[in-house]
Amino acid sequence: MKIFIRRTKELEAQIDDYLDKVDRGAMIFVQGLKFYVEDRQDEFEQRYHDLRVLESSGDGLRRLIENELYAHTLIPEWRGDVLGLLESTDRVLNRMSKTLLNFSIEKPNIPPELHALFTDLAAASSSAVENMVKAIRTYFRDLNAVRDFTNKALFFEKESDKISEKVKRIIFQKNIDLSHKNHLRVFAHHIELVADEAEDVCDRVTIAVAKRHE
Amino acid sequence: MIWFFLLSGLFLGWSLGANDASNVFGTAVGTKMIRFKMAAAIASIFVILGAVISGSGATETLETLGSVNALAGSFTVALSAALTIFWMTRAKLTVSTSQAIVGAIVGWNLFTGSPTNLDVLLEIVSTWVMSPVLSGIFAVILFLIFRFFLNKTRIHVLEVDILNRFLLILVGAFGAYSLGANNIANVMGVFVPAAPFRDFVFGSFTFTGTQQLFLLGGVAISVGIFTYSYQVMMTVGHDLFKLTPASALVVVLAQALVLFLFASQGLQHWLLAHGLPALPLVPVSSSQAVVGAVIGIGLVKGARGIHFSILGKISLGWVLTPVLAGLLTFILLYIVKNVFELQVVIH
Repeated sequence: MKIFIRRTKELEAQIDDYLDKVDRGAMIFVQGLKFYVEDRQDEFEQRYHDLRVLESSGDGLRRLIENELYAHTLIPEWRGDVLGLLESTDRVLNRMSKTLLNFSIEKPNIPPELHALFTDLAAASSSAVENMVKAIRTYFRDLNAVRDFTNKALFFEKESDKISEKVKRIIFQKNIDLSHKNHLRVFAHHIELVADEAEDVCDRVTIAVAKRHE
Repeated sequence: MIWFFLLSGLFLGWSLGANDASNVFGTAVGTKMIRFKMAAAIASIFVILGAVISGSGATETLETLGSVNALAGSFTVALSAALTIFWMTRAKLTVSTSQAIVGAIVGWNLFTGSPTNLDVLLEIVSTWVMSPVLSGIFAVILFLIFRFFLNKTRIHVLEVDILNRFLLILVGAFGAYSLGANNIANVMGVFVPAAPFRDFVFGSFTFTGTQQLFLLGGVAISVGIFTYSYQVMMTVGHDLFKLTPASALVVVLAQALVLFLFASQGLQHWLLAHGLPALPLVPVSSSQAVVGAVIGIGLVKGARGIHFSILGKISLGWVLTPVLAGLLTFILLYIVKNVFELQVVIH
């Protein structure tokens, strides 16, 4: 019994570590974009590097958790849901990392009047991710509280939609090349997608909670 | 010759093990919370312990209904019950070993002209309604306690999982003990008045002839568990009752408590000594207790997912099983007595 409890505690700690990584990833993401629009390239590149390292270690940890869950047939009833949550959360981390990668490679030229909006968009997406992480944490311990965080995550997802739409409208009203317009639109869309991925994870959490209430 | 006569009882024991062990460990094994071999080993040990230690209470009640005192009669009664169960199972109708054996004993009474104690019969029939209702009430209370506890303590889902496994084994052992204590009367009860086993005395410990008979019956149940219950457990775990592990635990515990209440002489004495109402010691159906518990939990959850048609099927089984078993016993006793010229009653 003691061995089982120790192993369970270890696995709990690993899941918490993994979620910490996603949470930290969201903070690095918003910080990195802030440095990008402020043209602090070295600091931006450092944040991009940090996020990439975090994503890679997150992948390893996620696989370890999945193996543990399967090898010891833990939570057989909810294992599929938990694995689905971890994998879809991994997609959020990947999306943030890829977005910074695209900024690093393509270096879009963001007009100064859009700087604040791009930062706001990143902050809204990051908040959606942070609340998604909280929703997953509470799924493991307090089912009744999950809804509080999924609601917040959905609120920030809607916010990111609105900001993204505003950014795109401004872009296409500006007197710049169509290629430049498209380039900027794609980047706004990339940041918005982070919140969309977080929303998908929240939908999964909601269904997983309903299944445990059955 | 006695071994041949005992065969029908052993067959009944085997089928009880094959079918009813799934009520104790079905969900745990079906949902892979516990490995089958471990579940089968625990179930076997505790079924035998329950049968040998606490099996006499319910058996005495069956004896007062009808004391089948000739081995050929016991053989025929047990065989009729077993065949009834076999046919009813093939017809996919809910069947209870307890109801089959009671019907068969009444059939023996009618054939041999022995009087049927109507008070005892009424008492037994009332437990067929009481046991699922009681199981449902226990399940509701236990479910609410469990839910309150889980909501308050906010334990991590992985810790709940470990706790659940541990409790499933503990409650499963108790369930198996109760099953053995309560249902051994169905398997071996009719052989008790006619069995020629002698008591063994080892110092201050006496291993009675009845206990030897119950040990045999318990072993037959164990063989049923090991050889045939796996498929039934997988069916219970996957198809019949889709329960969460916590609900499964509640169902098994509620059912085990009901079987124990209807089997324990110690508990009955304690209740009577304290001026409390005691339940009659009667073999009851573990399957019906499980159904009662599942319906109880379903009602707490707002009557979602309850198949009320199951109730109709159970009611049909309640009427059909004893009637069929009684009729079959009557016919088979006629054949055994007149064709094989065997004594089916000692006057």
